[in-house]
Amino acid sequence: MSESHPVEYSAYVRRCVYVFIAVVCTTALMIGISFLPHYGWPAKVALILAVACVNAFVVAGFLMHLLSEKKMIYALLAFTVFFFAVLMGLTLWAMGDFPVGTQMH
Amino acid sequence: METTVHQFPPFRPADTHSGHGDHAHPEPGFWEKYIFSTDHKTIGIQYGITALLFMLFGFGLMLLMRWQIAHPGIPVPFIGPLLERVLGQVAAGGAISPELYNSFGAMHGTIMVFLGIVPLAFAAFGNYVVPLMIGAPDMTFPRLNMASFQAYFIGGLIMLVSFFIPGGAAQAGWTSYSPLATTIPTDGQLFWIIGMIFLITSSLLGAANFIATIIQLRAPGMTWMRLPWFVWTQFVTAFILLLAFPPLEAAAVMQLMDNVAHTSFFLPTGLAVGGQLANVSGGGSPLLWQHLFWFLGHPEVYVLILPAMGIVCEVIANNTRKPIWGYKSLVYAVLAVGFLSFIVWAHHMYLTGMGTKISTFFQATTMIISIPSVIILTCFFISLWGGSIRFNTPMLFALAFLPMFGIGGLTGLPLGFNVSDVHLHDTYYIIAHFHYVVAPGTIFALFAGVYYWYPKMTGRMMNEFWGRVHFWGSFVFMNVVFLPMFFQGMSGMLRRMSDGGANYSAAVNSKAGADAVGGLSDSILSLHTGILWGAMCLGIAQIPFIINVFWSIKHGEKVKNDNPWDATTLEWQTPTPPPHGNFTHEPQVHHGPYEYSVPGHAVDFIPQNEPAGPADKPLPATAH
Amino acid sequence: MEIPYTSKPRPDTGLYNAKLGIWLFLASEVMLFGGLFSAYVLLRVGAAPGEWPHGWLNVWLGTLNTVILALSAITTLLAWVACKVGNFRKFKFFHACTIALALTFLCVKMYEYHDKWIHYEIKMTDGRFADGHFESAVYVDQATHQEVEEHRYRGNAFSKVSEGVTHHYELESVTLEGRIVTDEKDLMDLRAQKHIEHGSVTVERAHIKSMENYGPWHNTFLAIYFTLTGLHALHILGGTLVIGYLWGPGRKMWATDPERFTNRIEISGLFWHFVDLVWIFLFPVLYLM
Repeated sequence: MSESHPVEYSAYVRRCVYVFIAVVCTTALMIGISFLPHYGWPAKVALILAVACVNAFVVAGFLMHLLSEKKMIYALLAFTVFFFAVLMGLTLWAMGDFPVGTQMH
Repeated sequence: METTVHQFPPFRPADTHSGHGDHAHPEPGFWEKYIFSTDHKTIGIQYGITALLFMLFGFGLMLLMRWQIAHPGIPVPFIGPLLERVLGQVAAGGAISPELYNSFGAMHGTIMVFLGIVPLAFAAFGNYVVPLMIGAPDMTFPRLNMASFQAYFIGGLIMLVSFFIPGGAAQAGWTSYSPLATTIPTDGQLFWIIGMIFLITSSLLGAANFIATIIQLRAPGMTWMRLPWFVWTQFVTAFILLLAFPPLEAAAVMQLMDNVAHTSFFLPTGLAVGGQLANVSGGGSPLLWQHLFWFLGHPEVYVLILPAMGIVCEVIANNTRKPIWGYKSLVYAVLAVGFLSFIVWAHHMYLTGMGTKISTFFQATTMIISIPSVIILTCFFISLWGGSIRFNTPMLFALAFLPMFGIGGLTGLPLGFNVSDVHLHDTYYIIAHFHYVVAPGTIFALFAGVYYWYPKMTGRMMNEFWGRVHFWGSFVFMNVVFLPMFFQGMSGMLRRMSDGGANYSAAVNSKAGADAVGGLSDSILSLHTGILWGAMCLGIAQIPFIINVFWSIKHGEKVKNDNPWDATTLEWQTPTPPPHGNFTHEPQVHHGPYEYSVPGHAVDFIPQNEPAGPADKPLPATAH
Repeated sequence: MEIPYTSKPRPDTGLYNAKLGIWLFLASEVMLFGGLFSAYVLLRVGAAPGEWPHGWLNVWLGTLNTVILALSAITTLLAWVACKVGNFRKFKFFHACTIALALTFLCVKMYEYHDKWIHYEIKMTDGRFADGHFESAVYVDQATHQEVEEHRYRGNAFSKVSEGVTHHYELESVTLEGRIVTDEKDLMDLRAQKHIEHGSVTVERAHIKSMENYGPWHNTFLAIYFTLTGLHALHILGGTLVIGYLWGPGRKMWATDPERFTNRIEISGLFWHFVDLVWIFLFPVLYLM
C-alpha cells in the first residue's frame, strides 16, 4: 500500500484475512512436515525452513507492506541479510574446516 | 561576533540570537541546558569531555602497567599507598599484583576502545559536526540522542564501579575470551558484560540516529556527492556499528547466561578448571565467542579509524587550500572498507585451529581490504602536492597522522598472512601494530579535530604555541613508546605478562642457556625502562593540551569571524557558537565540499552555500 | 530551524524520519537475533551424535502461540488502517485486541517455562535416570525433625539438589510423574519413541546422585531455548508497553496531530510484525526440528 492512494478499509480487512489464513496454513504445513515418517532430519529441516521463509515472506511482504516499500529500505535490508548470511556462513565454515590430520573423537 | 563578507547569506550574530524560533522558547535552566540537553551540540560536547576523561584514566592505567612491567613487584612510587588503600589486597604494599595487572590490562583496552575513542571519534565529533556539515537543525531523533549519551554514561559508571567491588574489575582481557571469562571466580566480568550491554545499546541508538540524520536531514542541494568526506566516514561508521554490534550484544547475553544462569554456551564438554572437572553441562563452543566477538571486533577497528580519517581529510583540504585529491575515489574507498570490514574478522583467529581453506579465505580478504585503505592514504598524500600548506596545530596533527597510520597499517600486513602471524600472534609486535593505528593514528587525528573545531564550539582559538608544544611532545614520545615494541615482539616477547616476560625468559634461559629459543636477551628486556620513561613524558606532554583546552575557553584569542579557517563546509557558515537549531534559515547548497583556490574567484575558497553566480556553472567536487 | 520530515515523507527518499529509524533499528535486531540463531546452529551442529534433543517442547502450545501472535499482527495492522481512515473507535478496539493477545501469548509462554522448571532429571546411584515432572517431595524439617510432604515446587533452592539439603529442610525422597530409563540418550529424542509410559516414580534420597531441573543450565538446547525465547518475550513485553502507551495515555495525540499519531501506530506495528517474524522462525527451529 502506498501513501498516495486512499485506503479502502474493507479491501484491507479482506487482505488481512487472507494473510492470516496463509500464516495458519504454512504453520500447519510445517507441523505436518515435522511429523512425516521416513525422512531424515536434514531433509525435514530444509523443508521446514523453506516453508518458514514463505511464511516470513507473507508477513514481511504484506503485513509490513515491504512489497511496496521504498528502495532505500530494500538496500538496507539487503545489506543486513547479506551480513547475516556472512556471519552464519563463514562461522559455520570456520567451525567445520579443520587442519589436515586433525583427530576427531 | 561579526559576520563577514564571505558569508552567504549573512547571519545574525550569535549574541543577539536568543529567543529565535517560531515561538519564543523560555531560556532553558541549567539541567535542561547542560545535563539533559537534547541539542546535538551539547550532547557532542558531553560525549567529548566524558570520553577525554576516560582516555586520561585509561592512560593512567597504562602508566601503572608500564611501571609494573619495567619494575616487576616493586611498589609504585608516590601513588602506591593510595592504590593499596583504595583497591586493598590486590595492591598489597603498593605493588601491582598479577591479578591487578590483568584487571588493568582488560580495563585499559575496554576503556580506550569503548569508552574513549569510539565515543570521541564517532559520537562526539559526529554529534557536533555532522548535523552542521549537512545543514540540519539537529539530529533526527534528539531525545534518542540524549538517551544514547545517558546509556553510555551509565555503562561507563558500571565499568568504573567494577574496580572497587571485591575481586576488582574484569581480568579476562578486553576480548573476554571464554571459558576464561566465565571461570574467573570474581564478579568483575559480570560488571563488564552489563556495562558492555549499556555501551552497545548506546552505540546502536547513536548509529541509527546518525544514519537517519544523514539520509533525511541533508539541506536542499546537499547531494550525496556534495557531502564532506567526514560525513561519509561517519555514515559508514554508523552502518558498521549498527550491523556489527548486535552479534556482540547477543554474545554478551550468552556470556551473561553462562556467568549467571550457569549455561554452557561457550563452555565445552570436559572443561577442567584448576585441575578439576567443572560442574557444567558442557556442549558449548569457546570458538563461538571468538567468532561473535571478532565479528564486531574487526569492524570496530574501522569504527576507530574511519572518523579519524574523515577529520584528517577536512583539516588537510582546509590547510592545503586546494580540493582534496580524488574525492570520488575516497567515497568509494570508504564504502569498500566498510563493506569488506565485515568479512575479515577471523584473521584474529589463525591460531585457533582453523583449517587451511578458511584461513586462506580470510587472508585473502584481509589483503584486499588494505587496497581501499591505501587508496585513502594515497589521496591524502597527493592532496598535499603543490599546496601552499598552512602549518597550524590541527594541520601538524593531521600530517603526523599520515605516516603514523602508514606504519600501523603496513605492519599489519604480516599479521594478515597466517604464516607470519603464527610467529607474531600475541606478541608485543601486535601491541605496537594496533597502537600505531589507534594511538599516534586515531588519537592524533582526534587532537587535530579538537584544535580545528574548538573555535566553532567556543568562539575562541586554542593557543598556537602550546599546541605546537603538545604536538611535538606527543609525536616524539609516542614513537619512543611504541617503536621498541616491534623489536620486542619480533624477538618473541609475549603480551599480557605482568612482569614483562622476565620470569618466562629466565626460566627458558636457565634450562637451555642464553641462546634458547624463546629466551629474551637483556637488551630486549631493558627496552622496558625506555618505554616507561617515554610513556611518562608522553603524559607530561598532554599537560599543555589539558590546560590549553580550559584556559582558552575564557582567555583564548577571539575568532575574527565565524569562519576563522576560511573553510568551505557548512559548519563554518553559521553563527559561532551555533544557536539552538543551528542555522538562522535553511541553507541552500550550491557547491561541492572542497572548492578551494578556484581560479577566477576573489577569495581562495567558496562556501558550499554561496549562490552560484549567473555566469558560473557549478563546479565538480573534484576540480583539479 | 525545526527538524523537518517528522510526519511528512522527504520527497527524494519517500520516508518520514521515524519510519527510516524503525527500519534501521529492525536491521540491527535482525543481526541481534542473527547472532543467537548462529549460536543455535553451531551448538546443534557441534553436538555429539544423539545428544541434541527432539520433541522436548509442546508443539500444540507452540502452535497456539503462533496463531495468537499471527492474529495480533493482523489486529495491529487493522488498528493502523482504522487510524488511516479516521475511525478512532475501531482503532481502540483492535489495539485492545492486540494487547490482550500479547498478554495471552506471554501467559502461554510462562506456562511453558514453568513446565520446564518443574521437570527434573535425576541421575541415580545405580546408573539409571529418573525423569519427569515434580509431583511431591518428602523433607525432614531441621527444626522439628518431622517429615513433611510437600506438593509445592520449592523454587530455585530446589532446582539443583546437591546432597539433598536446602537451608531448612533435608530431602528424604522425591516423587516424579515420569519414568526411569537406563540410557540417558532415551531422554533425548522423544519424537522417535512411539509410546512413553509415564507413572509415579519415587526416588529415595540414598539413590539420588544428582538432580537437576530443565533450566537453561541443563544442556545447550535448553540454554538457547530459554535465551532465544526469553529475549523474544522481552521484545513482546516491550512492544506491549509501547502499544499500551499509544492505546492509553498516548492517544491524546490523535486530537492534536492525527497524522503523526497514525505514523506512530505504523512504526509500532512494524516492530510488532518483526517480533512476529522472529517467532515464525523460532517456532519451527525450537519446536519442530
